[in-house]
Amino acid sequence: MNLSMLLSTCRRVLLQLRGDPRSIAMILVVPAILLALVYWLYQNETLAPGMPRTFDRVGLMMLGIFPFVVMFLVTSITMLRERTSGTLERLLTTPIHKADLLFGYALAFSIMATAQALVATGTAYWIFGMKIAGNAGWVVLISVLTAVLGVVLGLLCSAFATTEFQAVQFMPVVVIPQILLCGLFVARDQMNAVLEAISNVLPLSFAVDGLQQVAAHSSPTGQLVRDLVVMAAFVLAGVLLASLTLRRRTA
Amino acid sequence: MSHRAVMPAPEPPFAPVPADPSGTTGPVSVSVDGLRVHRGRATVLANITCNIAEGRITGLLGPSGSGKTTFMRSLVGVQKIAAGSVTVLGRPAGDPRNRHDVGYVTQGASVYKDLSVLDNVRYFGSVHGGSRADAHAVLAAVGLSEFAKRKAGNLSGGQFSRVSLACALVGKPRLLVLDEPTVGLDPVLRADLWEQFSAMAAEGTTLIISSHVMEEAGHCDSLLLLREGMLLAQLTPEQLRQSGETDDLELAFLRLIQAAADSERKVGS
Repeated sequence: MNLSMLLSTCRRVLLQLRGDPRSIAMILVVPAILLALVYWLYQNETLAPGMPRTFDRVGLMMLGIFPFVVMFLVTSITMLRERTSGTLERLLTTPIHKADLLFGYALAFSIMATAQALVATGTAYWIFGMKIAGNAGWVVLISVLTAVLGVVLGLLCSAFATTEFQAVQFMPVVVIPQILLCGLFVARDQMNAVLEAISNVLPLSFAVDGLQQVAAHSSPTGQLVRDLVVMAAFVLAGVLLASLTLRRRTA
Repeated sequence: MSHRAVMPAPEPPFAPVPADPSGTTGPVSVSVDGLRVHRGRATVLANITCNIAEGRITGLLGPSGSGKTTFMRSLVGVQKIAAGSVTVLGRPAGDPRNRHDVGYVTQGASVYKDLSVLDNVRYFGSVHGGSRADAHAVLAAVGLSEFAKRKAGNLSGGQFSRVSLACALVGKPRLLVLDEPTVGLDPVLRADLWEQFSAMAAEGTTLIISSHVMEEAGHCDSLLLLREGMLLAQLTPEQLRQSGETDDLELAFLRLIQAAADSERKVGS
C-alpha cells in the first residue's frame, strides 16, 4: 500500500468522471428523482389517524437501495473498461500495488456516493417532509455504506464479464434478488424459511434493517450497530475478493 | 508481392545462427533461456533462448500469431510461463524491483480515452513517483505539448499512440518494450518515431520493438525472427540481407522461413 498512489488513482478516476457530466448527473440526480416518483406514487393514499405515511417507510428504504444499484452499475462498467482497454495490464507492470488501485477506485466512488446520499436524503427530508424517529445522520451513513457496497460488488463482478453487455447482465443476477428479499416487499420475518435464510446473508438486508432501526428508535440501537458492522465486513470481504481477481501474471 | 514467384530455396542452406549478433562483448539486458509458454493445449512459445544487448534496439519480427506479444508479455512479467527462465536487468522477469525500470507499451494504445493527454501522463508518472514537471518534459519529447489539454480519445491515431508511448517514457525505464508501436501510422510519423527510438538507445535505453513490417527491421541493431512460436534466427539486418542474398529484408525473411519449412519437411519425411 502506498498512499500517494492510492490518492493519485482516486484523483484519476474522479478526473475521468469530470469529463463525463452526464454520468455525474446520473449519480447525483437519479436517486432523488426516483424518490420523488415514490412520493407521488403514495400521494393519494388514505391514512388512518396516527398511521405513518407509506412514503416514510418505502422512501426510507429507497435511500438505501438506489445508491446501491447506481454505484454497482457505474463501477462495474468503469472497472470493466479498465480491464479490457489494456490499461489494467499496463498498470500491473508498474510499481502500483493492487490494493492502491482498488482502494483508489473505492475511495473515488465513495466520495461520489456520499454526495449522492446527501442529495437523496436532503430531498427526502426537506422536499418530501420525511419523518422518522432517528437522526438523519444515520440515514446518510447507511446510504453511503450501501453505495460503497455497490462499488465493491461492481469491482468484483467486473472480473466475470468480458463485455459491457455481460456486465449489465449482472444487475438482475446480483442486485434484483437483493431488492426482492431485503424486506421492501414482504417483511423478512414473514417470508418462508428458505427465503428468510437467504435474505439473512444478503448485504442489502442489513442496510434495510438498519434503516428500519433508525426509523423506529430515536437513539441508536445495538441492532443498528450490528447492521453497520456487518455491512462494513461485507465491504472489506468484497475488496479482498476483488483483489484476488487482479492477477499480474495471466495465461 | 511480385517476389513471391521468385522464391527458390537458397542453396546452400543458411549458416548457423550466431548466438549474439551484436557482439558478445556488450552487457546483456535480457537473457532468455528455454522459454516455453502454453495457452490451453497450444504451444505459443517453444524453447526460446536468446540474449538481448543493453542500449540497443532489438526488433522482434515475425508473422501475426508467431508469438511476438506473448514473448513481450513474458519479458515484462505478466505472462504465465510453462518452462525456462527469463532474466531482465539481472532479476527474474516480473520481479517487483523491475517494475520501476521496465516500460511496456501494449499493442493498441492503452491509455484513458476520457482523460486529457496531460492527466494520462501524470497518472502513469505518479505510479513511478514522477512529478508534474516530468510529465511536461515527456510530452515535449514526444511532440505533444500543444495537445496537453486535449482529451486523449479526441486525438488522431498517430497522436494517440504517442500518448501511450509518453505514458511509458514518464517512468524513465531502462528497458522499454514496445508492441507494434508504429502499426497504422503514416510514413512521416513512423520515421519520427524511429528517430526517437534511436536517440533513446543512444542515451543507453534498451528497446525491444515488435513489428510485422519487415522494412522497419532496418532500423534495428539486432533482430529476433519468430515463426510459429520458435526463434528462427537472431541476427543483424546486414546478416539477414547476406543470408537471404538480397537487399530486400522482407524477401530475405521469406526465404529464411521457406528454408526453415523445407528443413522441417525433410526431418518429417
